[in-house]
Amino acid sequence: MSATLVANVVISGLLTGLVYGLMALGLSVIFGVVRVVNFAHGEMMTVAMYAAVLLFGAFRLDPILAALPVAVLFFAVGYALQAGLINPFITRPEHSQFILLVAVATILSNVTLMAFGPDAHSVQTDYQLDSWALGQIIVDKARVFAALSALATTAGLFAFFRFSRIGTAIRACADNHLGARIVGLNVKHLYALTFGLGAACVAVAGCMMTLLVEVSPSLGPSYTLLGFVIVIVGGLGSMPGALLGGVLIGVSEALAGLFIDPSAKSMISFALLIVVLLFRPQGLLGSRT
Amino acid sequence: MKARLLMAALAAVLIALPWMAGNYVLSVATLALYFAFTGQAWNVMMGFAGQLSLGHSLYVGLGAYAAAALFTKFGIGPWAGIWLAMALCVAAGAAIGLLAFRFGISGVYFALLTIAFAEFTRIGFDHIGWLGGPGGLFLKVEQRTSIDLADLRGTPAMFYYVMLAFTAGAFALCAWLLRSRAGYYWQAIREDEDAARALGINTFRWKLLAVAISAAMTSFAGVFFAFYYNNLFPEQIFHISQSIEIILGPIVGGVGSLFGPILGAALLTALADSLNNMVSAMGWDIPGVKQVFYGVILLLVVMFLPNGIWPPLAKRLGLERKA
Repeated sequence: MSATLVANVVISGLLTGLVYGLMALGLSVIFGVVRVVNFAHGEMMTVAMYAAVLLFGAFRLDPILAALPVAVLFFAVGYALQAGLINPFITRPEHSQFILLVAVATILSNVTLMAFGPDAHSVQTDYQLDSWALGQIIVDKARVFAALSALATTAGLFAFFRFSRIGTAIRACADNHLGARIVGLNVKHLYALTFGLGAACVAVAGCMMTLLVEVSPSLGPSYTLLGFVIVIVGGLGSMPGALLGGVLIGVSEALAGLFIDPSAKSMISFALLIVVLLFRPQGLLGSRT
Repeated sequence: MKARLLMAALAAVLIALPWMAGNYVLSVATLALYFAFTGQAWNVMMGFAGQLSLGHSLYVGLGAYAAAALFTKFGIGPWAGIWLAMALCVAAGAAIGLLAFRFGISGVYFALLTIAFAEFTRIGFDHIGWLGGPGGLFLKVEQRTSIDLADLRGTPAMFYYVMLAFTAGAFALCAWLLRSRAGYYWQAIREDEDAARALGINTFRWKLLAVAISAAMTSFAGVFFAFYYNNLFPEQIFHISQSIEIILGPIVGGVGSLFGPILGAALLTALADSLNNMVSAMGWDIPGVKQVFYGVILLLVVMFLPNGIWPPLAKRLGLERKA
């Protein structure tokens, strides 16, 4: 096994990991602010992937461009979901929230099953089979584009939370719910905005993912679990943590596929998750509340 | 008094069911009892002690594989195998509890840890060639005319009675547990763990006991699963959807109550079955239709009945127990 092969696999895992990271970022932002674990996250990802496939089929729209309208749509739906369904559940026990989102996940995944059938769908852009050769290292163009788009979206979100007034207000809600209400912030509205932003992250991640894999309705639960693993490894609620977790899981999955067995790759992720939960339950970059 | 009469009537109907109903109804009833039993087991952890497990498929799977492996590889019957199943499940549950509670993991993190262990084990069993790996482990299917209770081979009515006995046993055990010292400690921990510790309760030990009992009970369901369905696939038995199905019953019925898991399991199984019939009667045989209806109904139930169906129903029937 040559070093070049390993380097190739690591780079490809790293690029995929950035897309994973963006997906997990959505989950992390929602948990960090709203304190609800979105158990329908992977199903939302799958729906976004179908939206990209649909737009590509109808208008030959490149998934990178399709990410914009899909993200806007997801933002609106996410806002409505939080405002209508999840806000009343914020004070309910965790198992109650869990069942609510499991019900949402069941509906989403089976509606996609009804609409598209159980077979896999994909997009065929003209650059998908192209690659760049940097010496002996070969990088897929599609993977680079997907990773760059994910990175750009992440940067945008970071800037939003750091510099905008609404972003600051949302961080205030996350820090101190009661304090935020006392200074007159409309917490419910900000929660809904947060869920919308989380959903928009998933939308972009889903569109990018169609460049890398085929989509089928059964992908949902595995993406949900993948999202959990990433955010817990990185730190539930931590934004840089989600990105770091995504890259770590992306690389470790790729290496596990190379050295052990492709089917064992998620076992490595879960082993990593168990180790992190036991020795650093707040995650690598998380802080304990 | 009223409660006693209702319970006696329910018991009489359940015992007489095989004479009144055909094999189809019996299979639905067996499934409902299966979920009533597993829901009751899960309820010990969540409803009594307040520890949310989303990975109970781990114990179903371990129990099923333990008993099935002993039976198919060494010819050891299920009633002996159940001891190994129980031991394995208690060991797994204790290991998870020991690690989690020692490191102070609770709430959402604990729930996600239970998922992680179940998923880890699922993928692990995919790689155990001796037990069939992803191709599955099969028990020899024999004709179901004679009853061989020792080997758990027999008619649908036999399986129904076995599951009924399990469910009744679990109900009695839980009723006793709730009124035992452990039950009161658990409820104290569920309501406020810090306060419970301040009162001198060794919360670590009692939470561990709840996990162990819940795991041991669930192992029985695993053994039953193996001998009832005669085939085991890691993808199916350890899957998170198995865990979700287990906890839907008690949540819909009412977490923490004794009748909640039974009522919830019965209603949900009946609902799934009637949706099946309705969908085929209407000619909507597109995959997914049934689950969409199921999801919508689940959504409505959790939205409008936050404590489950049993507590308001008990109030209506005047069966409310003094708190």
